[in-house]
Amino acid sequence: MIGAGIIGTACARELALAGVRVTLVDRAGAAGATTAHGEGNVLVSDKGPGPELRLAQFSRRLWPEVAGDGTEWQAKGGIVVATTGEGARELTAFAAAQRAAGVRAEPLDPAGLASAEPYLTRDVTAAVHYPDDAQVQPAGAAQALLDAALGEGATLLPGCEVLGAEVSGGRLRAVRTTGGTLTADLFVDAAGPWAGALSRSLGAPIDVRPRRGEILVTTPLPPTVFHKVYDADYVGAVGGDAAELQASAVVESTPAGTVLLGSSRRAAGFDERLQPEILSVIAERALRLFPCLSGVPVMRAYGGFRPYVADHLPIIGPDPRLDGLWHATGHEGAGIGLAPGTARLLTDLITGRTPEVDAAPFRVDRPAVLRRGAA
Amino acid sequence: MTRHVVVIGAGPAGLGAATAAVRAGARVTLLDSADQAGGQYHRMPPDAYEARRPFRICESERCDWWPGAAVWALERRDSGPPRVHVVRGPDADGDGRRRCVLRADALVLAPGAHDRVLPFPGWELPGVVTAGAAQVLAKGERVAVGGRVLVAGTGPFLLPVAASLLDVGAHVLGVLEAGTAGALLRGWTRRPWELTGQAGKGAELAAYAARLARGRVPYRTGRGVVEARGDGRVEEVVTARLRGDWSVVPGSEQVLTVDALCVTHGFTPRLELPVAAGCALLDGFVAVDEDQATSVPGVYAAGEVTGIAGAPAARAEGVVAGWTAGGGTPGRLGATRRRRDEGRAFASRLAAAHPIGRRWAGWLRPDTIVCRCEETDYGTLRDAAASRLDARAVRLGTRAGLGPCQARICGPTLAELLDTNPHHRPIAWPIRLGELANPPAEPKEGT
Repeated sequence: MIGAGIIGTACARELALAGVRVTLVDRAGAAGATTAHGEGNVLVSDKGPGPELRLAQFSRRLWPEVAGDGTEWQAKGGIVVATTGEGARELTAFAAAQRAAGVRAEPLDPAGLASAEPYLTRDVTAAVHYPDDAQVQPAGAAQALLDAALGEGATLLPGCEVLGAEVSGGRLRAVRTTGGTLTADLFVDAAGPWAGALSRSLGAPIDVRPRRGEILVTTPLPPTVFHKVYDADYVGAVGGDAAELQASAVVESTPAGTVLLGSSRRAAGFDERLQPEILSVIAERALRLFPCLSGVPVMRAYGGFRPYVADHLPIIGPDPRLDGLWHATGHEGAGIGLAPGTARLLTDLITGRTPEVDAAPFRVDRPAVLRRGAA
Repeated sequence: MTRHVVVIGAGPAGLGAATAAVRAGARVTLLDSADQAGGQYHRMPPDAYEARRPFRICESERCDWWPGAAVWALERRDSGPPRVHVVRGPDADGDGRRRCVLRADALVLAPGAHDRVLPFPGWELPGVVTAGAAQVLAKGERVAVGGRVLVAGTGPFLLPVAASLLDVGAHVLGVLEAGTAGALLRGWTRRPWELTGQAGKGAELAAYAARLARGRVPYRTGRGVVEARGDGRVEEVVTARLRGDWSVVPGSEQVLTVDALCVTHGFTPRLELPVAAGCALLDGFVAVDEDQATSVPGVYAAGEVTGIAGAPAARAEGVVAGWTAGGGTPGRLGATRRRRDEGRAFASRLAAAHPIGRRWAGWLRPDTIVCRCEETDYGTLRDAAASRLDARAVRLGTRAGLGPCQARICGPTLAELLDTNPHHRPIAWPIRLGELANPPAEPKEGT
């Protein structure tokens, strides 16, 4: 298992539970990169009917059983609001389609919204409550998954970077790493945004690119925000493919009392430099929803790279070009939420069990993944 | 076109930099979050300040002096020094601040240092204060932190703090230097030729020592405070004899009744801005060359961020940095450079004489608070550090260093326990959401 983030640890746990002997390698420590730089979203609300929603619903069912101590699992529910007439029509239609696909999506009237989120702006044209949206502390969740995997006999090699492949007879036999050569029957790429570079170094390139998201953290506040609250534009940003900045408001509190404000999506390679104007846009969008936060200080900002695939679907399955190589990556901003479902699906495929969700939409052999000249 | 130099920090280093940059022909914007120039070194009571002539550079036509201006972010660009994002008010923490962005041809970073305090059981009790805070109260407000005060820790800063406390009428029970006498003398007397030019510093310390002697304040080495106790505030402290590695000599504990305890374990450079600018570090300080240039083109650093060497060396570094940043002829300022080099040698001597003993964590108990904002204790951190998670993930799990002070207090301790970078703070100063949401004002170019 190459990569010990939320996907790698979840897959390691599931495979180990199925009796597979797993070695997890990470070039740094576990859960320090994309996993530690996200919000911990476990969302069904932002996904329209289709294969990703089915995986999200499956994953949401699995989360409570894999969430242990220290994960700060909170099934707090999400509220999506529209602030324009056009936005209200779109949100209402979107929620109706989701309901048809089995999502609990409950329209809220103004009184219901005011009692659910008393500090939210009253300038709302439509609001939908999604009771199944949830949140975890992502690093804690990865720790719990890792501990479970180690408890089932898996091993972790931190500080171990994969450098290249040893291939014979069209099969990946071993990977060369900074910690020596590792042989295995199967190798799983769970390298998140670095899957593009990793797959190139293994000679089977897939087109996964980093998109960066920024999050602002306020000083601790008394209870002010009670659900995950976001504007309906978020759905558009999740589905968007533009390289330029996309931003929409996502506001939620954490058990520590801080309020997290997101979110932005921007394709700029692995550029870690802070862009104050992006933070400014996030603040402006968040204040449209919660004007009362205007005087609240931001004490921290962090940004992370998410694994972006052009058709917005994760990549889960064997590589058709190189026997022995599997992929579990490309979840962009949904990796925390989709981790348990991805792990179960991958394990079912590897062990020959029949998966509960259709794996075909996530196969590696797709135009968006095997694009010619993949970056 | 006239070069524009932005100098961040108006202590001795920043004032030196602004003065030299103006002399080199540049236009300068000098900022400090405080409402007066001078930094910690020149701190004085407000009434005395009224009587004193302001720093001349702050009145120069070529220097725009911005008090109450805090840099909240540095924006790195593909070319040129970072843009400087500022919140500027009448008061750096107050209402009515404005957001602005400064574009500079060169940047001088002189943000200084703050107190370093190692944790020990009870250090979070009211009445336990940093030596720096005690000094600010004594020198700035003429108030003593307590009536019966013990001063403890390590480093030459112990002496002026104790002297300031005596000056405002406190009963100073003693000064405890944790370093052993042998280590102190070895550090001080190593390579004696390096003391050339630092006689002034020695005399200054001798004067403090004489002041303590007149006040009959005992000065003891190889002894430290290993616990503070009290109901709601500090009432007594436990001191103990320490070995060279700061492990406690069993049976040497003594209990002293106090109403305040001042602690210092040296200084931590304020590195968030250099780190945000992308400057390379060396041994915990900003790496600079002969001209005070950092690894980032157009960015210079001076003062305590390049090494803790005291005000005269900081000023000399500032002068060299400002002169170069302002476009002054290279290679000049021989005497200033010599003064700076002597100051640096003195700094390495201080570091050698007052090292942090590597067994200090032996004072800690599992329930000793390490991060005061989030109340993360030592046992929790130790367990998490053994988990093989990445250091960032450990911090998220324990919340250590994630509270309002953003690891400014516990950062160096976390760095030792977790192998993490304690200076990564992209938001270098809290900014309100309303301020952040408003577009910044761009000052007119060429003014």
